[in-house]
Amino acid sequence: MVKDIEDIVISTLSRFLIPFMQVFSLYVFAHGHSSPGGGFQGGCIMAAAFILLVIAYDLRVAKRRFREKSLLIFCCVGVFIFVGTGFVCLLLGSNFLDYSILSQVLPTDPVKARYYGMAMIELGVQITVMAIMLSIFLDLVTRGGHEETLEEDD
Amino acid sequence: MISEQFPALIVVTPLILSLFIPVVGWWKRKLCLPIVLAALSVCMISAVGLLNMVQQHGVIHYRLGGWAPPWGIEYMVDHLNALVLITISFVAILITIYSKDSVEQEFPEHKIPTFYTLFLLNITGLLGITITADIFNLYVLLEIASFSAYAIIAMGDRGAAFASFRYVIFGTIGACFYLLGVGHLYIVTGSLNMLNLAELLPNLYYSKVVLVGFAFILLGIGIKMAFFPLHTWLPDAYTYAPSAVSALIAPLMTKVGAYAMIRVMFTVFEPNFSIGLFPITSILGWLAAAAILFGSIMALAQKDFKRMLCFVIIAEIGYIVIGIAVANRTGLTGAILHIVNDVFMMACLFSVAGAIIYKTGIRDIYQFRYLHRKMPFTMAILVIGALSVVGVPPLCGFFSKWYLILGAFEAKNWIFVVVLLISTLINAILFFRVIEIAYLEPREPGHAHAHAHNTGNPEGIKREEAPLSMLIPMFIIAAGIILIGVFSGEIIARVIKFAIPATL
Amino acid sequence: MIEYIISKYNYWMYIVLILIGIYAMMAKSNLMKKLIGMCIFQWAIIFYFMSISAKRDATIPIIGGHGAHTAAVHAVDFVNPLPSVLMLTAIVVGVATTGIALALLIVIYRKYGTFEEDEVIEEIKK
Repeated sequence: MVKDIEDIVISTLSRFLIPFMQVFSLYVFAHGHSSPGGGFQGGCIMAAAFILLVIAYDLRVAKRRFREKSLLIFCCVGVFIFVGTGFVCLLLGSNFLDYSILSQVLPTDPVKARYYGMAMIELGVQITVMAIMLSIFLDLVTRGGHEETLEEDD
Repeated sequence: MISEQFPALIVVTPLILSLFIPVVGWWKRKLCLPIVLAALSVCMISAVGLLNMVQQHGVIHYRLGGWAPPWGIEYMVDHLNALVLITISFVAILITIYSKDSVEQEFPEHKIPTFYTLFLLNITGLLGITITADIFNLYVLLEIASFSAYAIIAMGDRGAAFASFRYVIFGTIGACFYLLGVGHLYIVTGSLNMLNLAELLPNLYYSKVVLVGFAFILLGIGIKMAFFPLHTWLPDAYTYAPSAVSALIAPLMTKVGAYAMIRVMFTVFEPNFSIGLFPITSILGWLAAAAILFGSIMALAQKDFKRMLCFVIIAEIGYIVIGIAVANRTGLTGAILHIVNDVFMMACLFSVAGAIIYKTGIRDIYQFRYLHRKMPFTMAILVIGALSVVGVPPLCGFFSKWYLILGAFEAKNWIFVVVLLISTLINAILFFRVIEIAYLEPREPGHAHAHAHNTGNPEGIKREEAPLSMLIPMFIIAAGIILIGVFSGEIIARVIKFAIPATL
Repeated sequence: MIEYIISKYNYWMYIVLILIGIYAMMAKSNLMKKLIGMCIFQWAIIFYFMSISAKRDATIPIIGGHGAHTAAVHAVDFVNPLPSVLMLTAIVVGVATTGIALALLIVIYRKYGTFEEDEVIEEIKK
């Protein structure tokens, strides 16, 4: 009985906190240029939201929300966004990661184009960092087993 | 137009394609190797293009993001850079082709995409270290190369995980010391660009902060390149690693560390700082002499072929640093030529070791008997590599040793000359022992019978040569050793002569 | 002499942390403790870099933010932002190193069943 009460408190609180943490991580990412924040910090907070899910509930519940295999794909997609933005600048004729040339593709002037370029690479960083932090945590929690540990818990 | 972007392409292409491989590898496993080859061919083309451009136009500066240094990161290519870039790309392509069979034997199917991802990331890091002109960017790329090395070495068997853990601890200490040194330099100058530092630092040579920063940077790079007292991670890590991994990482990582040392000592700091102002080159010289003797003597004591080669690497790094330490043009020529030569020689020897393990599983030297009947071509390539390490003309090892000994003569440092000659002798004993066991068969019929009981009937030993995808890269590397030896004069006159700083 | 120690207290702090980290890496035989020593060592260097960016009576390095003027920007009024950015990279590198080392420790524990260095070496020699 005591166990249930503990679970109820934690699970209710986490049900309130987790979406809030995710939105907050997006806020931290988006305001990285004018307040402490940015891609890495946002990614860590987003990963922390998922880790809270694992701690409050069960590994199985968390796995249903976020599959193991998608982590690798997210990591690769994040790096693609980063290096891809730089590559697009290369293809458009300027140096690598020279965002001012993006003004030819986006409907803004070169100065604002640098601003948008930075936002895009920060997005890539956030996705990758979230995927990797969660992957490290899941590796440690399942002691390298992943799917096998889930079957043991059954 | 695209040739202007070569400095960026040579680093970005393997980076982006290395993260393609896990995604593609799930879908179709056969496509992993072609993607790696495609990335490395782009790198090779860029490296050759860069050397051409450097010879025509002089030093190339490339600004990332269009920002001028010291606000932005800059990539700089000069003769020294271009030579090392071509060497790395060339050997990397050959080892990739070589790795196909041994990887399929050693790893289960689902791990192969991960292997190639780490492989390509390691090469990205190495190429980036070579081309960058920003000392903090060098730290980042050094860590990229090191992480992929830690992970890929741990994929081996037996003691690989523990050896890799030791390498993690050591390598992190090294990188953190390097970061500390960079911090010291940044505090006093406020700049992180190598050329900008070269302008700002000479006024500050009297300050202790700069000296401490320099010492920390050299310590960090010394750990990464396995310089004598800091070498203890190397034998275990490279012995237990998978064969394709040793063949890739063993030639390249330590030599790129040696290149970084030359960069820091002669581009960031003036040559006069290490030679005249502080007795740094004499300290490095004594440590290098100790490294050569230690490496050669410990190699004599090993029974495992790969472990013996690891100690030979430690001795070879000693050669390069002795070339830096004698502090004249001849010595530095020998050191830079030895970087190129050693990449080829070690690639040759480690790939032979990997081929022998792939085909027969033999690691112990004393079981090499009758191998020249089983794998004649592999043994021939072993002979070429061994003779080059010993220093027999016209193979490449002779020319770099010649310049090193001449440099030691010019500096009137007779002890270094003696050390170099003794180590040549010990290398000769080392490799001729292996060649004798592999090639010469006992004469008396009684002995032949006794050995025939152990290793099979000598007349009945069939040819079980290594597969073609392993043989052809090894042939090309061996041919490279011969050609580089024959054309050493050309290489020195056209490229290395311009790579040495003018004030030396 | 006392002023020498007190005025540069941030450097003394990081020296002490580095020495604790190196002691843990060298003297402890448990692999987990070596890893913790390595983490302490890396974080000491990050603290050192962060401490050099602070200035007296300076505000956060954002122009157009709290209390900054749009007319002229004096660098002396703003904290140096570059070491923070460099250390962001170094923190990421530290996290990645810790991740790799922990994964390796999992593999070692599964294979040899122990974290003590001497026992692992004995198991390998067999």
